[in-house]
Amino acid sequence: MSETTTLLQVNDLHTSFFTNSGEVKAINGISFSLDRGKILGIVGESGSGKSVTAYSLLRILTDPGRVTAGQVLFNGEDILTYSTQKMHSFRGSRISMIFQDPMTSLNPVYTIGNQLREAIRIHTDRTREQVHARALEMLTLVGVNEPEKRLKQYPHELSGGMRQRVMIAMALACEPDILIADEPTTALDVTIQAQILELMQELQHKLGMAIIMITHDLGVIADICDEIIVMYAGRVCERGTADEIFYNPCHEYTKGLIRSIPTFGSTHEKLTPIAGNPVDLLKLPSGCAFASRCDRAMKICLSDPPEEIRVNENHIAACWVNVKNVYDEAKEGQDQ
Amino acid sequence: MSNHPLIDVRNLKQYFTVKADMITKLQLKAVDDVSFTINQGETLGLVGESGCGKTTVGRALLRLYKPTAGEVYFDGNLITDDNIDHYRKDMQVVFQDPYSSLNPRMTMADIVGEPLDIHGLYKTKAERKEKIAELVQLVGLNSDHARRYAHEFSGGQRQRIGIARALAVNPRFIVCDEPVSALDVSIQAQIINTFEELQEKLGIAYLFIAHDLLVVQHMSSRIAVMYLGKIVEVGPADEIIFHPVHPYTQSLISAIPLPDPKAARERRRIILQGDVPSPLNMPAGCPFRSRCRYATEECAQVCPSLEDMGAGHQVACYHPQG
Ligand SMILES: Nc1ncnc2c1ncn2[C@@H]1O[C@H](COP(=O)(O)OP(=O)(O)O)[C@@H](O)[C@H]1O
Ligand SMILES: Nc1ncnc2c1ncn2[C@@H]1O[C@H](COP(=O)(O)OP(=O)(O)O)[C@@H](O)[C@H]1O
Ligand code: SF4
Ligand SMILES: [Mg+2]
Ligand SMILES: [Mg+2]
Repeated sequence: MSETTTLLQVNDLHTSFFTNSGEVKAINGISFSLDRGKILGIVGESGSGKSVTAYSLLRILTDPGRVTAGQVLFNGEDILTYSTQKMHSFRGSRISMIFQDPMTSLNPVYTIGNQLREAIRIHTDRTREQVHARALEMLTLVGVNEPEKRLKQYPHELSGGMRQRVMIAMALACEPDILIADEPTTALDVTIQAQILELMQELQHKLGMAIIMITHDLGVIADICDEIIVMYAGRVCERGTADEIFYNPCHEYTKGLIRSIPTFGSTHEKLTPIAGNPVDLLKLPSGCAFASRCDRAMKICLSDPPEEIRVNENHIAACWVNVKNVYDEAKEGQDQ
Repeated sequence: MSNHPLIDVRNLKQYFTVKADMITKLQLKAVDDVSFTINQGETLGLVGESGCGKTTVGRALLRLYKPTAGEVYFDGNLITDDNIDHYRKDMQVVFQDPYSSLNPRMTMADIVGEPLDIHGLYKTKAERKEKIAELVQLVGLNSDHARRYAHEFSGGQRQRIGIARALAVNPRFIVCDEPVSALDVSIQAQIINTFEELQEKLGIAYLFIAHDLLVVQHMSSRIAVMYLGKIVEVGPADEIIFHPVHPYTQSLISAIPLPDPKAARERRRIILQGDVPSPLNMPAGCPFRSRCRYATEECAQVCPSLEDMGAGHQVACYHPQG
């Protein structure tokens, strides 16, 4: 991990929803950094706080959600302190987002051309002809065939995969430094998913932007990410390179996740599920949020939140079992 | 074991009439001449992209639709409109969505007990209660929670309730239509194991429909691959996964997101161009030819039929690969 520059640095971010039944602590102190031109994956089960993390970064949380603490540094500046107006232009120019459902970003009553040209006009000063040319160029870039014809069509006239491509084109119109993609292929069939993943990798190479890829699918994350964050109950369990997370998992939850998915060709081996159900965010335990489902939980896991420790230069984990392992190894080394 | 399969589907067709506009009506061939068998205690996986006809195969086979053509034999007996009620008990279904397929205002006991009521499977109230408790425990739920309402359970728990309900009538065959697709992976594994344990214990056969190929290859002894209403390849699970020969199956397998970064880096995805054509506008000849890189003149004429490749592996393609 050398010769890279940090584009985004998130420090101890907390986000809660203040509901009638109490404070739902959706994000409980997460920290990570994103380097220029990298693909960072955020993986976790539903409700683990992936989307809320993205909304917090973009400051598009809706009531009753609020960032309660932390910093989001972009090139060293804390965007959480930006005025609404400054944030608005920041969102349009440096960072943009795509969603699972393309209709979140597309308006059904306007043509593709209308919407795409508008997105281009807002962020650049180009003439009419230049805007049109740019719209065609964007559609071609994202692999939409017959772009002239598509510009005149409405969203419902396109297939799901095609709409996803158009949404990506709109998000990239402002040439962002960071693209946040929240489950962009979850609703798509595998062959179309493969097209979109291939496209995102290709665009990343061509345009050099950084991508935050949010998904619950360990396969998608392994396929395209340089670095991975595993989340559980609004906390980071561990983060590291893809190889570290998959071949050297150091948090009991990650280990459980990997054991619970069928692997290619493992036809006759039994899966090992994680027992129990996800934790209630209204009643977060004081220790590790995963402790009640963890079969290696120790006393300290129930009382104290696990410390984040560095496993190696490419890997950080927050699990007491791991802390113990590292400590034991160090001690063994000393004894010898 | 008897020498005939438990389920024998022959040349099943399910066409729907849909309105193209106010005047024109079109025929949608959702399932077009599909044949397969499933042995007692066996799992046949059925895969393919959304809209290819998987759900319709399951529903037509259970006669929840009136099939346009074809026959279904259960344990050697031809199923007809007249005798289907007799076989309903033997053939059950579990659906994808544990939220919409159960009535949230019914208690777990009511949901699991309903089929017992319908088929009169108990003599006394006490026996009914006992049967419900047994079923609930069989699928790994707590029978103390029998009086709780469906909406009070999590997704995975609801799916278990759906399975307990299907098991209530002692079926010999269950159509599992995307039963784990809506669940988180850790919960998915619990339900997959439940299906497997029930099969070992009770010898139930499954038609296991899913779009997640890793889940299907894990569950199935054989896999059938559908495209636009037709089975294009079928065979032993390992054959289909490791040695697919139909160009569509090959790209489908190559597109599986692998939870293994090294394998993902090494493999080459075969990216298909374009989308699945509309079933209302089927190309003549092979249904896959508009996206197939091996297509020739021949492929545009007559639809290829399933040909035997040996060892129970069949493929419908003029230019099988490998
Ligand atoms: N509008 C809201 N009101 C209350 N709680 C919310 C709201 N939105 C999200 N949450 C809570 O935040 C948690 C994280 O949600 P989210 O980030 O959407 O999860 P995911 O990882 O599936 O994207 C959820 O468990 C949910 O309970
Ligand atoms: N009741 C129906 N009336 C008309 N068309 C239908 C009906 N049910 C399914 N279809 C069509 O039949 C095709 C196959 O659908 P389905 O069996 O649900 O596919 P899958 O389960 O593989 O996603 C689709 O084109 C679908 O739109
Ligand atoms: S029959 Fe022809 S078009 Fe169809 S899959 Fe085989 S080669 Fe491709
Ligand atoms: Mg989400
Ligand atoms: Mg279906």
